Amino acid sequence: MIEIKGVRKSFGDNEVIKGIDLTINKGEVFCLIGASGSGKSTLLQCINGLESIQGGQILVDGHDVHDKRTNINELRQKLGLVFQQYNAFPHLTAIDNVALAPRIVKKMRRSDALALARQHLEYVGLGDKMHLKPKSLSGGQQQRLAIARALAMQPTYMLFDEITSALDPELVGEVLDTIRKLKESGLTIIMVTHDIAFARESADRVAFFDRGKICEIGDARQVISQPREERTRQFLQRVLQ
Amino acid sequence: MVINITPYSGLQWSDFWYVLDGAWRTVMLTIVSGAAGTLIGLVLGWARENSVILRYGLALYVDVTRSVPLIIQFILVNSVFSIFGLPLTPLEVGLLTLSLYMGVQTSELVRAGIRSVPEQLQKAARSLGMNYWQVQTHITAPLAIRTIFPSWIGTLIGLTKDTALVSVVGYIELLRAAQIVINRSNETLLILIGVGVFYFIICYPVSLYGRRLERRLAHD
Repeated sequence: MIEIKGVRKSFGDNEVIKGIDLTINKGEVFCLIGASGSGKSTLLQCINGLESIQGGQILVDGHDVHDKRTNINELRQKLGLVFQQYNAFPHLTAIDNVALAPRIVKKMRRSDALALARQHLEYVGLGDKMHLKPKSLSGGQQQRLAIARALAMQPTYMLFDEITSALDPELVGEVLDTIRKLKESGLTIIMVTHDIAFARESADRVAFFDRGKICEIGDARQVISQPREERTRQFLQRVLQ
Repeated sequence: MVINITPYSGLQWSDFWYVLDGAWRTVMLTIVSGAAGTLIGLVLGWARENSVILRYGLALYVDVTRSVPLIIQFILVNSVFSIFGLPLTPLEVGLLTLSLYMGVQTSELVRAGIRSVPEQLQKAARSLGMNYWQVQTHITAPLAIRTIFPSWIGTLIGLTKDTALVSVVGYIELLRAAQIVINRSNETLLILIGVGVFYFIICYPVSLYGRRLERRLAHD
């Protein structure tokens, strides 16, 4: 369970998250939607501890992410994060990209780490691309590689930060198919997305972010099909046009 | 009876060995100060990029070394140690000055290399649970080295030629040895061409090997 309690986050004088309370349950698929700059992606990075917070608390399975006594590197192994810009390590082949963290963070034997990497690359459909460097992969393939890399750490939660936003439209499908597969496996998924149709289809709950606050939260179909708040309605009208 | 007197004596085989010995000293200067300087540069560049105190604290050393002509630095190092009653041999002055100089050149390359690694990649590595040192050694360093490698080879070749300046403190390396032979034989052109060929023979393998390594490191 991830508990977000009264979280505030500023960059200098600019407060981007203005007090958010949110609980995400195990096994849930949770989507964050909202305009660019509303603080969704920042919140995701706060959950992973990549960004500091200026107020409130984030608990992951009871561990305070921003407490100095928490072993953040250990906690991060539970929280897979996939970025908009893939961030595949350019100097490593696909299989080494995936095997690196299990090898050096989990201290797995090299052969075990490679076997694990192979298994995850096959899972995301890159079984035939294992020995290619990221440069030789398409955007969609690099993004699936990033998903495999995060999965190889066997996280409890997967955080997806607008992972289809940088992709050509014809490549979005292959990445979303991977997420659908993950959903079936029972993983807890928190996803920032602009793909409203996908959120309605796949998410259990949706939160609509507006200017650093949660404006509306609830069942995915309800929020997207029959929003209660005027601002949610306006936003959905804009993006669904 | 006419006696033919000339102030010059012809070239002898011993001159060739003399110049070759100078060439060996040039190679030795380059290898030792190149290695020491690169080590200094790696530590210095990394430290200055990761600590604000060291960035400003060491700025003076870096700026002075980069701005003062190398030939003056040899003389300064030589004089400073003599003033403090610790006279160094010409070889020691040469190695120390060249190492410090190479260190500064390399440190600026290292800084540029570290900055060239996208912050996002380091974030991605952190998100997988890697600690600071794991990110440095497995992500930042390999990527930075690939970026700066060609410029580092260039710096090393520059250093090879800069070793000629050690002659100002009385060390007889390749160029100085050649000058001595020229003074005696007056075969200026021939000897200087020979010296040029020597420098080429020293530098070319470095750039050739560099190019090969560069290709192997490329993210094909």
